[in-house]
Amino acid sequence: METLNLFIKSIFIDNMVFAYFLGMCSYLAVSKNVKTSMGLGIAVTFVLTITLPVNYLLENYILKAGALQWLGEEYAQVNLSFLSLILFIAVVASMVQLLEMIIEKYSPSLYNQLGIFLPLIAVNCAILGGSLFMQQREFASAGEATVFGLGSGIGWLLAIVGIAAIREKLSYSNIPAPLRGIGITFIVTGLMGIAFMSFLGIKL
Amino acid sequence: MLSKKTKEALLGPLSKNNPVLIQVLGICSALAVTAKLEPAFVMAISVTAVLAFANVIISLLRNTIPNSIRIIVQLVVVAALVIIVDQVLKAYVYDVSKQLSVFIGLIITNCIIMGRLEAFAMGNGPWESFLDGVGNVLGYGLVLIIIAFFRELLGSGTLFGYQVIPDCVYEIGYANNGLMILPPMALIVAGCIIWAHRSMNKDLQEK
Repeated sequence: METLNLFIKSIFIDNMVFAYFLGMCSYLAVSKNVKTSMGLGIAVTFVLTITLPVNYLLENYILKAGALQWLGEEYAQVNLSFLSLILFIAVVASMVQLLEMIIEKYSPSLYNQLGIFLPLIAVNCAILGGSLFMQQREFASAGEATVFGLGSGIGWLLAIVGIAAIREKLSYSNIPAPLRGIGITFIVTGLMGIAFMSFLGIKL
Repeated sequence: MLSKKTKEALLGPLSKNNPVLIQVLGICSALAVTAKLEPAFVMAISVTAVLAFANVIISLLRNTIPNSIRIIVQLVVVAALVIIVDQVLKAYVYDVSKQLSVFIGLIITNCIIMGRLEAFAMGNGPWESFLDGVGNVLGYGLVLIIIAFFRELLGSGTLFGYQVIPDCVYEIGYANNGLMILPPMALIVAGCIIWAHRSMNKDLQEK
């Protein structure tokens, strides 16, 4: 039950885009049509789901204060947590490289559509953010971390597909000239965020 | 001392080529830390330190970095600088560092930094790159501080934690707008700033 709660909570209540503004750059840049944003959303979900458990194991067996105890008593004092940023980003970057190769092989059309944004997933804050939140919240097991990653990814996917659908319709409406393009997208995202806040009171 | 090109690198990003408003980079951190002025200010300074030095280091290394692994080299340089900033903040302003929580770490993935390293530092000398870094961060910090100013003033009635709206205004029925503190309002304030900025600069408008 606990795991299901975590899953739903990470999709709706702690939504990466609306509650923490993570992954905003690609969110704004790629959300011009639904199909591409769907592809990017799936890629982000995939990378999050893989990197979180890997980083969880790194954090708990190598980086945390006293985590190296399994090597022997004399390592119990070692605290490598200051290295976590570099290790996390390295894991993320290599996973993205892997994903890039897989997509290039199995779906060249999606590969062409995502273009420059595929390597840029490495610097998508939602993914590093997921790892940092995992570190901050001290999950009990690697399974929980995976579920959190999957949930956050799906939440991000929902958000980007939602805004892409709205932007497709917005192109037919008569918006004041200075607000066209990026301006109205900010305001619509803000309104969507307010809508998502209605999930806040829910106790699971 | 400043040639035309370096002047452009330093001052262009303040308005015409603003990283947040025009290039839409670095939004994540720009919005998440703007509920109060103090964290916004600390964030702007941290990003300044990281971007200016990362630009200089990458620009010095630019002829020795193999093209195929440049992203990883850039990430490592940035990550190392961010770790230093993180440790300094933890040592001297612990409260603010707690408030900023994961967003200090997320400076690594701040698109402004990667964007400037790719677009400028890889092709220019250290001094221009330094100025370009400082200019871009000034543009970023300016937007951050404008957003934080409105959100703190309307949301809590304070600036830098000091009360600015006098008590007598509250007595006649004025109340702080709690909505301004909530995350979505950062987006809406940013949208309004873009609106105002583009009404003043007609050539930036999208068709």
